[in-house]
Order: sequence, then C-alpha cells, then structure tokens
Amino acid sequence: MTEITMPKLGESVTEGTIENWLVEVGDHVSEYDPICEVNTAKVTAEVPSIYDGVITEILVDVGETVPVGQAIYKIKRDDDNQGNDSVEDNTEVDETPSKETKQSPVKEKVKTNKRLSPVVMRLISEHNLNVDDIEGSGFEGRITKKDVEKYLENPRPQENLEEKSSPRETSIVQEETIKSGQDIKVNGVRKEIARRMVQAKTEIPHAWLMVEVDATNLVNKRNKHKEKFKEQEGVSLSYFSYIVKIVSEVMKDYPLLNSSWNEDTITVHDDINLSIAVANEDKLFVPVIKNADERSLSGIAKSIDGLVKKARSNKLTSDDMSGGTFTVNNTGAFGSVQSMGIINQPQVAILQVESIIKKPVFIGDMLAARHMVNLCLSIDHRVLDGLMAGNFLNEIKNRIESIDPDSSSVY
Amino acid sequence: MAKLSYLDAINNALYTALEADDDVFLLGEDIGKKGGVFKVTDGLQEKFGEMRVLDTPLAESNIVGTAIGAAMMGKRPVAEIQFAEYILPAVNQILNEAAKIRYRSDNDWSAPMVIRAPFGGGIHGALYHSQSIESIFVSTPGLKVVVPSSPKDAKGLLLAAIKDNDPVLFFEHKKAYRLLKEEVPEGDYTVEIGKADVKREGDDITVITYGLCVNYATQAAEQLSKDGYEAEVLDLRTIYPLDKEAIIKAASKTGKVLLVTEDNLEGSVMSEVSAIIAENCLFDLDSPIMRLAGPDVPSMPYAPTMEDYFMMNPEKIYDKMRELSEY
Repeated sequence: MTEITMPKLGESVTEGTIENWLVEVGDHVSEYDPICEVNTAKVTAEVPSIYDGVITEILVDVGETVPVGQAIYKIKRDDDNQGNDSVEDNTEVDETPSKETKQSPVKEKVKTNKRLSPVVMRLISEHNLNVDDIEGSGFEGRITKKDVEKYLENPRPQENLEEKSSPRETSIVQEETIKSGQDIKVNGVRKEIARRMVQAKTEIPHAWLMVEVDATNLVNKRNKHKEKFKEQEGVSLSYFSYIVKIVSEVMKDYPLLNSSWNEDTITVHDDINLSIAVANEDKLFVPVIKNADERSLSGIAKSIDGLVKKARSNKLTSDDMSGGTFTVNNTGAFGSVQSMGIINQPQVAILQVESIIKKPVFIGDMLAARHMVNLCLSIDHRVLDGLMAGNFLNEIKNRIESIDPDSSSVY
Repeated sequence: MAKLSYLDAINNALYTALEADDDVFLLGEDIGKKGGVFKVTDGLQEKFGEMRVLDTPLAESNIVGTAIGAAMMGKRPVAEIQFAEYILPAVNQILNEAAKIRYRSDNDWSAPMVIRAPFGGGIHGALYHSQSIESIFVSTPGLKVVVPSSPKDAKGLLLAAIKDNDPVLFFEHKKAYRLLKEEVPEGDYTVEIGKADVKREGDDITVITYGLCVNYATQAAEQLSKDGYEAEVLDLRTIYPLDKEAIIKAASKTGKVLLVTEDNLEGSVMSEVSAIIAENCLFDLDSPIMRLAGPDVPSMPYAPTMEDYFMMNPEKIYDKMRELSEY
C-alpha cells in the first residue's frame, strides 16, 4: 500500500484543491492514468498515477484544499505482491540462476522505455493507439512490432479511459447560463481568483498613476503595416503587441518594476516575463510571455496570439502561466478608458492599457484631432515610489509618441 | 530424382550443358585429365574429349582472356579458376573486357561466358584457399555474380548462367561441395538469375544471406524455433545485381533484419543490402539492421581454433538471431 501525496504543481505553490476525482476506490489504474484534477493558483492540472495498481482509499473530498505533501489517496501497487511471480519467472530461466535472482529486485516492471522503432511509431499512429496501453516485451521493455500486432489482435479494454474523460470535459464546460434569483456555487478557478484578489488587495498598499499618451503615430504606423503583417506573419498586428514590446524594452531601465516583494528582501528578476490577462467566459487567466525583451514585435504578436488561443480553449499549462514578473493588461479590449488594476502577486506592478480614443487636443495653440490612450499603472508602494513609476510611464509615453509612422520598418 | 551433392549437381549441370550445346566448352587448370582439384569436372574430358574440356597453363589472365575471345566469337565457354583468390590476375580481363564489351561496342559484341570458382573457408585452406572475394565484383555493371546455396539451385543456376548472354561469375562454396546433399531434378532446367529465394518462412526476424551461410542460417533458425522465434531466411542467390524487391519485402515483413556473410564485415555485399533496406524500409524497421560477418582481418587463418573464430557457423548465427529476436 502506498500513500500518494499532493504534488507540487509549480514553483511557489503550497497547496492545491481537489476539483474532481477521476477514479473511484477499487479502480485499477496504470501508470500515467489521470487520477484527479487539482486546482492551484489559477491552473487546473491532472494528477497522473505514478504506479500501476488499484485505488484503495481516497483521503480528500472534492473541494477540499490540502497542503503540498499531504496524502490524498492510497494505492495498492501491482508489483507489491509480485514477489512470488518474479521468483517463478526466474526459475524458468535456467541460465545462471544466482545472477538472475540478484537482478530480480531491481527488475521492476518497466513497461516501455519509450524508444519506439519506426515501424512501431507508424503502427501506433495508423491505429491511433496509446503507447502506454501496450506491454513491451523487447530489450529493456521496448515495444516491438510484434507487441503492437498482438495488442491489435487483442486490445486491452480501453473504454474506462474514455468514460473517465467525458465527465471531466463536462465539468470544464459547465457554463450554465446565469439566471437571476439563483445561487451560483463558487468553485475551482473562480474561488482561486477570489482568494488571490482578496489577498493582493488587502496585502499590497496599491498606488495608482495614469498618463495620457498621444498614440496617433502608433495608429498610423499600425494601419500602414497591419495587412502586410497579417499576410506575412499569420497573426494580427495589434496596438497591444506594440505596447507590450515597448514595455519590455523600457523595463530594462527600470528593474525595480520587474521585482518581487518578500518582506525582508526585494528580488529583482533577471528575466522579463510579461503576464497578460486573458478573460475566458467566467474565468481569468494570466499566461506569460517569457523573455519578452528578447522577442521581436512579430514574436510578441505570435506569442500573444498563441496564449490567447490556448486560454480560450482551456489548454494553458501551468508552465504557460508561471514565472510572470510584470503584468500588462489590455483593458482597452473591453472599452475601458481608465481602470485601477489589482497587482498580480508576487509582482509589484500592473499596467493597464486602455482604449485608444480620438479626441480634440491642443498642440501648441492649435486644436487637433488626435488618437489618445490612457496608460494606468498600479504599483506596490512597499517597493516602488511615485517618482520611479512616473518616470517609467513617461518613458513608455515618449517611446509611443516618437514612433515614426513613415519609416518602412514595421517597428 | 537422385540425391546429389552440391559438387555432383555442378558436375551434372556441366554434363547437361556440354551435351545440349556444342558451343559450350570448359577450360581451366587441371580440369581435364585430373577432373579438377575438387573433382567437379571429373569424367567430363573422358566423355566430351580434349577439344571441349581443356587443360590450361597456370595463367588465370590467359584462361579468362581466351574465354572472352571465344565467347565473342559465338562460343559459350565455362572457365574454371581453381581457387577464387587466384582470380586476381584475371580481374582486368573480367572488369575491363568481359563486363564492358557489350557497352563498349554498342551491342555489336558480347561475351556469353561463365567463370566458375570455388571460394570460402572452413576446409583448413588458410590464406590462398579460403577467401571470399566476391565483393570485388559486385559493383561492376555488365557482370552478374551468382552464389548458389544448395545442390538444386547450383545446377539450375549454372545452366542459367551458361545460357546467359553476358558474363556470369559463379562462386561455389568449397565446403558445401560434399557437405550439402539434396534431391536434384534430372535433365535441363534453370533457376532464374537475379531472383532471391525465401528458404524458410518466419515472422519474428529476417535473415538475409547467401552461399553456405544459407544452410547454416536455416539450421540456426530451427534451433531458434525451439525458443519460440521464427526466422525468415532469404537466400540472395544472385549477389549482383541484387533482387531489391525480395530484399525489401523480406525486411519489411518482420522489421528485424540480420545480414550474414562469411566475407569480411566492411564493404561486403551486405553493406549494399543494408543500404537498400535503410533507403526503402525505414517505417517498417523495428530494430537496427544487424550484420554478422567475418572479422576485418586479412584472411582466414590456418590454425583450426583461429579458423573457427573467423569462419561462420550455425552457433554464431543462432546467437545473433537470438539477440535480434529479443531486441
């Protein structure tokens, strides 16, 4: 009997909430079969089984939050009572029995070592098989062509896998229409968002700044290039991509905005990993553009496009969402002209990019129609002061305003 | 049908050819009165006379050159080189003249001739009497190189070689001469040159080989069968040009291929077979292509223990087959 504990699903994750059990007591599971869904810091992850065996006890109820390392279920491993079998196996091999028995304890049942030969690869893809279902009989558990052929003749029941996957999907897609006069149960991602928002809002002394930026050059520039860009790069050229690109560059000169607060110390991060907020139905995800400062404009546009698509189809992994050091939030996307963002802990600032609006502006004594955009910055006042934040914002403003709309380069 | 040895089957083929076609004649060292050092041509001079079974001087280049000239003039000579490694003085005649005459003369001339030569080891022959020299000839378009693995094939292939309108090198394994016996059809029949033959069916591994090793591999396959693995044994029969279709089919069948030759490992016929498989069968392969061959040393040694170390045998093939089966 082996106790399985709550896994650590990412850095700085200390606890997880069981969202769904995908197995019941008595179920036989194979290594890598999904056991449960666990929710941590805005990520829902499937926890796979580490062993072949039978689930004997489930220790944590759905909805319960347990710290990393606490036991969540028990499994009776298939190889626990295999002592006898393997001894029998050994007696059949009459060559040098002493050597064989020495090897037997080490000889854990390796199912496959994932070294698939070309023909095995081909057969598996042709018949749409799952490698983990096939028992390997070759050298060091390699799956041979014969193993695949045998499996095709006599496949192991696979239905339970599919049965299990269907309720899981429905639980994700449970987007009942919201009616008035009805209580909505708060669970999963919503609960996690709520917890983090309360924590950030109560812990962090937020301060806010806003600058108004003349984005006319940016608008002209983008209009000039957007069609060609879409054609060449396959993704749309958005204002947001431009601003993310500028932020990532300016950030290099303001390392303190790219830091974390740890009570006694402030960690200044080497990498500039920009979180972007993506709303999907009732959920909010904050995937990360890793090393944004090293990416070109098209690289950023593509990575935003990829992350948004993944978020909308529930395909973000915990890796996609971890490691952010600063957040840029595209609030303009839903028409906002001014907002006060809540900082995404443990980051120390969040920049809200508002809608670009055409309005009359004085240039000298002349009244002109200009495209204006507000940039709103929330800062953690424990780490940052108004002066630095203001300089940071003004640098971004200058960069946006000094874009040359006539240059032939897209950026 | 009589049960004949490999040697008797070849003698029988020569007899049949001499009897059937007056243009056929034999020439070589000691093949007439003595009947050959291995007695392959025993009794043929007695039967067909000195004009059709010629004893020649010890001059291989001369033997082959004479054969080429006669062949170009319409005869069908069958030259014997006493031991395969003695063929080297005649290589210029073979590669530059016999193989290229049809090409060089734009089909005006041809050399329909056969050169027979005993090759291979395992008979305590040491350096000059044990070598496998076939790889010298397997990259010359215009030549055909045939190595029969059984008495029945030997007769059919030799008769086909004599009837062929271009030069054919016919290598006979000298250890097979008296070792292999089987029912051999009487009279005139041919086995098509350029066609490989499945000598044993199996679905676990494929062994591709030629010559005496076919017999060894089949023995090893029977042994392996007791372990629960069935080996397909493909006999190349013609090693130049190779029967690519048969090679691809046999390799793809099991995806696990063992190539066996008594020749030195590097640059042997099997190197080419391996390339054919690698080029054509990638998505059917289930293991690396394995080769079993003689070590890369100059020649088969004389000391029996060292000869055993060099020479192929069923045990070595079985061990390697087992390794491949379990891969």
